[in-house]
Amino acid sequence: MIEMKNIHKAFGANKVLLGVDFELKDSTVHALMGENGAGKSTLMKILSGVHAYDQGGIVRDGEEVNYSNLKEAEKAGIVFIHQELNIWPELTVLENLFIGNEHTKFGLLDNRLMSRKAEAVFERLKFNINLNRRAGDCSVGQQQMIEIAKALMMDTKVLIMDEPTAALTDTEIEVLFDIIDDLRKSGVSIVYISHRMEEISRISDEITVLRDGRSVLYKETAETNYNEIVRSMVGRDLDDQFPDRSHDLSDEVVLSVKRLENKKHPVKDVSFELRKGEILGFAGLMGAGRTEVMRTLFGVDPGSKEVELNGRQVKIDKPSDAIGHGFGFITENRKSEGLILDFSLVDNMTMPSMESFSKGGFMKRKDENDFSDLMIKRMNIKSEKKSIVGELSGGNQQKVVIGKWIGSQPEILILDEPTRGIDVGAKREIYYLINELTERGMSIILISSEMPEVIGLSDRVAVMQEGRLRGILDKGKINQENIMTLATGGKLDE
Amino acid sequence: MNSKLTLNNMIDRFLPIVGLTLLVVVITIMNQQFLSPDNLLNLLRQVSINGLIAFGMTFVILTGGIDLSVGSILAFSSAMTALIITSGIDPMFAMLLGCLVGLLAGAINGLLVTAGGMAPFIATLATMTIYRGATLVVTEGNPITGLGDSLMFQLFGKGYFFGIPVPAVTMIITFVILYIILNKTVFGRETYAIGGNETAAALSGIKVNRRKIMIYALSGLMSALAGIILASRLDSAQPTAGETYELDAIAAVVLGGTSLMGGKGRIVGTLIGVLIIGVLNNGLNLVGVSSFYQQIIKGLVIVVAVLIDRKNK
Repeated sequence: MIEMKNIHKAFGANKVLLGVDFELKDSTVHALMGENGAGKSTLMKILSGVHAYDQGGIVRDGEEVNYSNLKEAEKAGIVFIHQELNIWPELTVLENLFIGNEHTKFGLLDNRLMSRKAEAVFERLKFNINLNRRAGDCSVGQQQMIEIAKALMMDTKVLIMDEPTAALTDTEIEVLFDIIDDLRKSGVSIVYISHRMEEISRISDEITVLRDGRSVLYKETAETNYNEIVRSMVGRDLDDQFPDRSHDLSDEVVLSVKRLENKKHPVKDVSFELRKGEILGFAGLMGAGRTEVMRTLFGVDPGSKEVELNGRQVKIDKPSDAIGHGFGFITENRKSEGLILDFSLVDNMTMPSMESFSKGGFMKRKDENDFSDLMIKRMNIKSEKKSIVGELSGGNQQKVVIGKWIGSQPEILILDEPTRGIDVGAKREIYYLINELTERGMSIILISSEMPEVIGLSDRVAVMQEGRLRGILDKGKINQENIMTLATGGKLDE
Repeated sequence: MNSKLTLNNMIDRFLPIVGLTLLVVVITIMNQQFLSPDNLLNLLRQVSINGLIAFGMTFVILTGGIDLSVGSILAFSSAMTALIITSGIDPMFAMLLGCLVGLLAGAINGLLVTAGGMAPFIATLATMTIYRGATLVVTEGNPITGLGDSLMFQLFGKGYFFGIPVPAVTMIITFVILYIILNKTVFGRETYAIGGNETAAALSGIKVNRRKIMIYALSGLMSALAGIILASRLDSAQPTAGETYELDAIAAVVLGGTSLMGGKGRIVGTLIGVLIIGVLNNGLNLVGVSSFYQQIIKGLVIVVAVLIDRKNK
């Protein structure tokens, strides 16, 4: 049993933790929840020896402890699996497992011993993997398993997992949950950080919620419910998470895509129409090819397609063509594809529309600043226009990406996982923003892996499975069951 | 770039100028001659060639690339200019053609990097050899002399404009133009954007390949300009001219605080970097430091500058 008592922590003037209590019992799965910036990661970094606390104390089994670095904490059996996995892609699975802890014999690597140990661990995990495979060739799920295996080999007593399912497929998630269950039974305590409510209620025994650097809720999972958790996370009720979209759908077809095929990925024969002011959801399991459809449409990936815009055939070979025709594309990965992290907020905001913010090749600084001020106000971005984007929170960064595309005034906006990794409050703001855009006549394609989001926002939902479009559900037929049936290759009864 | 002035930012911004000032003070204490108007004008002329090359290099490095072929392009365009002049064509026109040669040589670098998908280091390492070889071929390994007494051509390397050496004037005008391009135009913003995050830039509709080709061509053009100045000053085109010039240019860019990873940096910094290297060369000579030690000191200055820069990040 570990008790963290009245933990305070500040980075410079920035007070992150203002007295957090956290109690981790043996053989339990303890969910740690809270909005981004609530202090979850900082708290766990203190427990795992990465940061030192300013005030408070940690008591483990009745003894005061204080790990001054990661190695020390690992020796004491506390292991932290970060959201960004520590995988060396060029090394094999086996080499990754033992990196920094290699076994040697006469100064040479003892591969036989290491293989034997690795096999034993993977057997315990009921997980089959070729130890000599390049780790970079493994799926994210498999890489996650490698990290877990690494943790198990260290005689782990406390395992901290930060958003472990963010990149896993449904089957991989099931396997992970089984493993967590086994670990719990064998006496390991698990701290599980996640935004996904369903998972929390399924696997956790206890819940602690942090808000603004304080612990605001500590209960057994069975004794609380969704509403109470969300209320303590955001500090208010959340019954209006989605905007009202019960209006009639326009008949006007803005975009018609026929026989779209991606040359790099197995995406074939995708055809759909998008109407004016509509939100067309794209649902499907991970790897169903939704992102690839949009990348082909936008001219990022090579492929073939027939695109008609307002009844007129258009040719899109590269992103600049698409932008010229009035498309905007908010990509799935804001850090690697959406933003220039070293740029200021203003400079990011005007990126896709530099032509309208310049004259004769010269940037019009004033126009840029005015536009950014407007967007900051309209979208409630908590920052200044001259701040470096890399220093903003995930939610604010996502708003910058959205703002940047609003600036290019697209007729059609493609949003790929627009709320991934951002907190409940920021999500809601983004939902209302999307709704507002459609009211101004913008048509929207929304890819999302979060079922409530697809169902709550979409006017129609296109469902993909293994690179094919399996069906488009009209408003009345949009529900979780229908979507899952199509997404797993089933047929709907008429 | 339009970003907030934080403390780190301020240090970033003023570190090069503080270094330059310190250097000037130390050298002046050791030899007052350093600050004489004659010596300062001399210094400006000395740095103009490295300056022009380093300005072009700044654009390339801001995109996350590098151009090792600048010295060879310098030699090749100056040889071509000299050959064209000796064939009896009007020197003004010959100089323009020489610039065009540099521009094309740079554009080929750009094509290799974009269409060819080669790493900039490798692409320009290869063309460094190729352009040098081409220079040796067209000059048959000998200096080209007898470049005539055309006033324009002579002025370009040796003349004075209101008492200021023409090469220095050329460098300053070029600097102002490139400063404006980099800081005030779409082209400049796109240069930073490509270096900052190429994928995001492309997805935002920036024509990345086209821009890169233009930027490598610009670097070639700057090298050609430097080559013509050199030919005019020496009254000849030397087949071995410009060897290792790429190193001084890269050093100037780095001393100026521009990141070799691209996306971050300022051309004003490069100008200061160029001056630091120039002051070192000129000042250490004045003070009477042997040229062997000069090299060590130059290297140490780079190490110290980069270390301070790193510390502060």
